[in-house]
Amino acid sequence: MRRVLLPVLSVVAVIVALWYLACVPMNMHTALTEAERAGAVVSPTGAKARRDLSAIGLALRNPAQWADTLTQAKPRLPAPHQVLVELWDTTVNKKITSKRSLVFHGWVTLSATLLGFAIGTLAGIVLAIGIVHSRAMDMSVMPWAIASQTIPILAIAPMIIVVLNSLGVQGLIPKAIISAYLSFFPVVVGMVKGLRSPAGMQLDLLSTYHASRAQVFWLLRLPASVPYLFASLKVGIAASLIGAIVGELPTGAVRGLGARLLSGSYYGQTIQIWSALFATAILAAVLVALIAGVERLTLKRMGMNG
Amino acid sequence: MNLVLAALALWGLAWALNVRLANGPASGWGLTRLAVPVIFGLTLLIMWELIVRGLAVPGVILPPPSMILARIGQEGPILWADFVQTFVKGALTGYVIGCAAACVAAIAVDRSDFLRRGLLPVGSFVAALPIVGTAPILVMWYGFDWHSKAAVVVVMVFFPMLVNIVAGLSETTQMQRDQMQTWAASYWQGLWKLRLPAAMPFIFNGLKISSTLALIGAIVAEFFGSPIVGMGFRISTSVGQLALDMVWAEIVVAAVAGSAFYGLVALIEKWVTFWHPSQRR
Repeated sequence: MRRVLLPVLSVVAVIVALWYLACVPMNMHTALTEAERAGAVVSPTGAKARRDLSAIGLALRNPAQWADTLTQAKPRLPAPHQVLVELWDTTVNKKITSKRSLVFHGWVTLSATLLGFAIGTLAGIVLAIGIVHSRAMDMSVMPWAIASQTIPILAIAPMIIVVLNSLGVQGLIPKAIISAYLSFFPVVVGMVKGLRSPAGMQLDLLSTYHASRAQVFWLLRLPASVPYLFASLKVGIAASLIGAIVGELPTGAVRGLGARLLSGSYYGQTIQIWSALFATAILAAVLVALIAGVERLTLKRMGMNG
Repeated sequence: MNLVLAALALWGLAWALNVRLANGPASGWGLTRLAVPVIFGLTLLIMWELIVRGLAVPGVILPPPSMILARIGQEGPILWADFVQTFVKGALTGYVIGCAAACVAAIAVDRSDFLRRGLLPVGSFVAALPIVGTAPILVMWYGFDWHSKAAVVVVMVFFPMLVNIVAGLSETTQMQRDQMQTWAASYWQGLWKLRLPAAMPFIFNGLKISSTLALIGAIVAEFFGSPIVGMGFRISTSVGQLALDMVWAEIVVAAVAGSAFYGLVALIEKWVTFWHPSQRR
């Protein structure tokens, strides 16, 4: 653990340091304009004279304004502490029913993600079982399932939302459908691989025991597929979350983390965008970590060292 | 109603045919392997057409395939312009820059064990995040044109590539590396002659994952703002106009472009890593 912790922490520290460093030139132009308005002396006077100068050169000529670049209300690149403060404000300091609360928006997105993920996973497992047991289904469906992973299916998200909207279905369901669709194919492909993973010798052994097809399935194929299932679940949940977020874009910025991203980009609220982005990142990390935890426990109980 | 019944009958017939083909004596042939999925796909398309016409589903909900095909024929120039804007300028540029940057970063990381231990967990963590979310920020920084889309693609592609290349570079065994050392090979000779070829399966795995991500990134980034050309722009505005046949036309183009891109990378993989067990027949 310590072998990894120190390098990881130092890499993260370097990234944060670079981020702070990048804030100075990124926000320099606006910082200088504001400082000039407030009466400070800045090195080329007049916003017009500064417009075509490089940000790094300006930053070097005006060290007095460096601190200002880290405290703006609408910076081009918010400093890490600004994002953290915003995250803290919108999660802990707001009521969770408030429309400004990230917990509220996060829950909207999370519920669609989880519902879609559950539907997609179940449907994927069912189809995979069908594919493994029927040769005709395998040959007809499997090439399409694999090919569908190479196409940007996310592109149909806006259409699903709008079409379902015109049919009177709104809110959670359309987003969940997109999430389900995105998590469906990884699960199918992974489960088919997993259900086929028992070696010929193991299958032969069960057939010498005169096991029925159902028994082979429950006693051998299903347990053997568990590691594969978890691998695809981890891919699937991340895809589901992306699906739910993108599903929130075309309805206009109403609610959900995707809506926070979109409304932030409409109104130039960069700190809001970054905090929503970090919220999605944290959500994704927590979801993947949860599945990884369940995976470890399950595989341990099953006696596999996953 | 007759059309719907015809669709169901067609489904039964085609399925029976597929079952016969798959379980029959010819099931091992290459031709059958190709025919079965093609029959399945065509059946679905024809059923779609028949059911949509039979139930008189309005075109603003689900247009029939014939209408979509007609749209593709009519709107060729627009679709081509969108394709160039989104795929060639946005996705492809970003893909090349992102993969090249990941290569350089991976070799830099590879030279130091400390960096590798530190950057690899961070990299695989970031690779699992919903990076499309950076699209609004990058659109704000780089403007509405294709530059911002390429930037989104660069960010999306970079981390999966980095993780794959670094994992691939550590694929050689100690004995192989020692062998290079006994021949007094320099670091670069060892990299070029031994470790890079050994890493190729991993690199191509990353390239294939990234090829899909690139197109997704370029299209989704256009939902956050774009000039009046581009596949994502066309999809979102056509949805707004309820011109769903145009949306489907764009999706067909995206699907064809995506699979062609993936197929091309897979083809190059076959040619480069012909020695790998997974490529041998």
